Amino acid sequence: MIWSLNIISSPLHRDQLLRWALWGCASMAGLILVFIVMFLVLESIPALRHLGASRFMLDSSWHPVEDSFNLLPIIMGTLLATVGAILLAGPLGFCSALFCEWYAPPRFSSLYSRFIELLAGIPSVVFGLWGLVVLVPLINHWHPPGASLLTGILILALMILPTISLLAQSSLAQVPTEYIRGAAALGLGRWATLRRVIIPAAKSGLWTAALLATVRALGETMAVLMVCGNVVQMPSSVFNPIRTLTANMALEMSYAADDHRSALFVSGVVLLLMVSILVMTATWTSRTPRHV
Amino acid sequence: MIRQIILLLVSLGLLLFHAGCQESSTSKPSENKLIITGSSTMAPLVADIGKRFESKHPGVRVDVQTGGSSRGVQDARTGLAHIGMASRALKAQEAQDLVGITLAKDGIGLIVHQDNPVTNLTTQQVIDIYTGMITHWQAVGGSNAKIVVVNKAEGRGTLEMFLAHFHLANADIRADVVIGDNEQGIKTVAGNPHALGYVSIGTAEYDATHGVPIRLLQLDGIPASLETVRNGTFPISRPLTLVTTTQPSTLAQTFISFATSSDVHDLVAQHYFIPLAS
Repeated sequence: MIWSLNIISSPLHRDQLLRWALWGCASMAGLILVFIVMFLVLESIPALRHLGASRFMLDSSWHPVEDSFNLLPIIMGTLLATVGAILLAGPLGFCSALFCEWYAPPRFSSLYSRFIELLAGIPSVVFGLWGLVVLVPLINHWHPPGASLLTGILILALMILPTISLLAQSSLAQVPTEYIRGAAALGLGRWATLRRVIIPAAKSGLWTAALLATVRALGETMAVLMVCGNVVQMPSSVFNPIRTLTANMALEMSYAADDHRSALFVSGVVLLLMVSILVMTATWTSRTPRHV
Repeated sequence: MIRQIILLLVSLGLLLFHAGCQESSTSKPSENKLIITGSSTMAPLVADIGKRFESKHPGVRVDVQTGGSSRGVQDARTGLAHIGMASRALKAQEAQDLVGITLAKDGIGLIVHQDNPVTNLTTQQVIDIYTGMITHWQAVGGSNAKIVVVNKAEGRGTLEMFLAHFHLANADIRADVVIGDNEQGIKTVAGNPHALGYVSIGTAEYDATHGVPIRLLQLDGIPASLETVRNGTFPISRPLTLVTTTQPSTLAQTFISFATSSDVHDLVAQHYFIPLAS
């Protein structure tokens, strides 16, 4: 009791204690990440040692039970689905943010924002189920088999649209009013203000929006598992089924043993690398000064 | 502020301590706890049997965990579980140090959308379709549409069974969709009039009678149903096996004799499997 009284009476001690507590919390978050990465790497070492890294690129196919471990088609599938989704959802989300922030009547804009927030809250398995029972039959009607890269792209785009739209909107809203007033004082129209002043000023926020959306698309599992068809192959058109890294792990992990299990952890490490490269590129590009 | 921080740290510490305690309690199975792991096909049924067993033996806890047939066999061997579940018969090399007791039987049947006019496929036709030699329904008496071949993901018991019966290697199969569990397979076929898949007959028969637009196909003229699996005429069937070491504990023995007795036949039937005639 006396001890605690002492602490409270001395502001220096209080600061110190708070510092240690915060330091502890922060390092705990960091440590958890380190542990997860260590776990992933340790679990994937047996496969890398037995099979060697080259077999994950040179084997004829992905049939782990029959001893072939080519991950390239799966990596390709993951990349194509993610890039497709970003190309689709990026412009859409960005434009809807511009519209809401600058053109829409305020009441409509706030209603629309609520809708987008609701969209963000829908669990991915619901998207997957909807894709499986509505979208897949629809696309199958047009071009069989229905479960395909295209379906995956559409579902992913729908899922990352709120991320892009909400983040873009908030970064547009954060542009200082002085800029806008300055533009008005120069006699610039709305479009010119947007293009020359607002968008360049909000650029880093817009990039962050795209980055977070990309990471979400890369990591999405349940929905793509249900709509992509999960066949391991290099797709020759958007109507071909593909398998993503996440779906690969989710499908096979609980049924895998030995090298197969470890190979699935290798696909986890690959995914982690892809995300890290992405984050590093984004940090690097946002650090280089841009002339407005 | 300080008090809150201290409270937070103390509760965090307690939480970790508590988690640690729980950890040690599961790793040391007590006399009255029965751990069963393995096949996800069998888990719901065994969990129900476990509940009934618990009510008849007060103080006993039955803990059922899934992880696939391979894990069931492995856990029974290493002693991580008292009983393993495998939705297949034991392999010769497994039967050397383990004992398998058949709990019930299940069949694997081919399913199509109910609008598909095809009612029967021969063994050769199934092989040709799955290896990509036949690509259109027309070739087997159906409409002029491309067959959407649905296959199971690597490592699943149903896949192993299917491949073994048709003498296929998974690398030879040209699939359009690869699915995980039975339900996903049924949803895929129900949503696609040109799809062909294979799932547990029990699950398919249940869904077909409850309004899901799928139909079980005959194989070489033999209808796929619980009845034909029961009387042994349907060729693709599998035993649902409980696996133990050669010297199981008394509790495990009591559970196994209860699970194979006629006391649980109603539960087996509820899960659309076939109880063994006693």
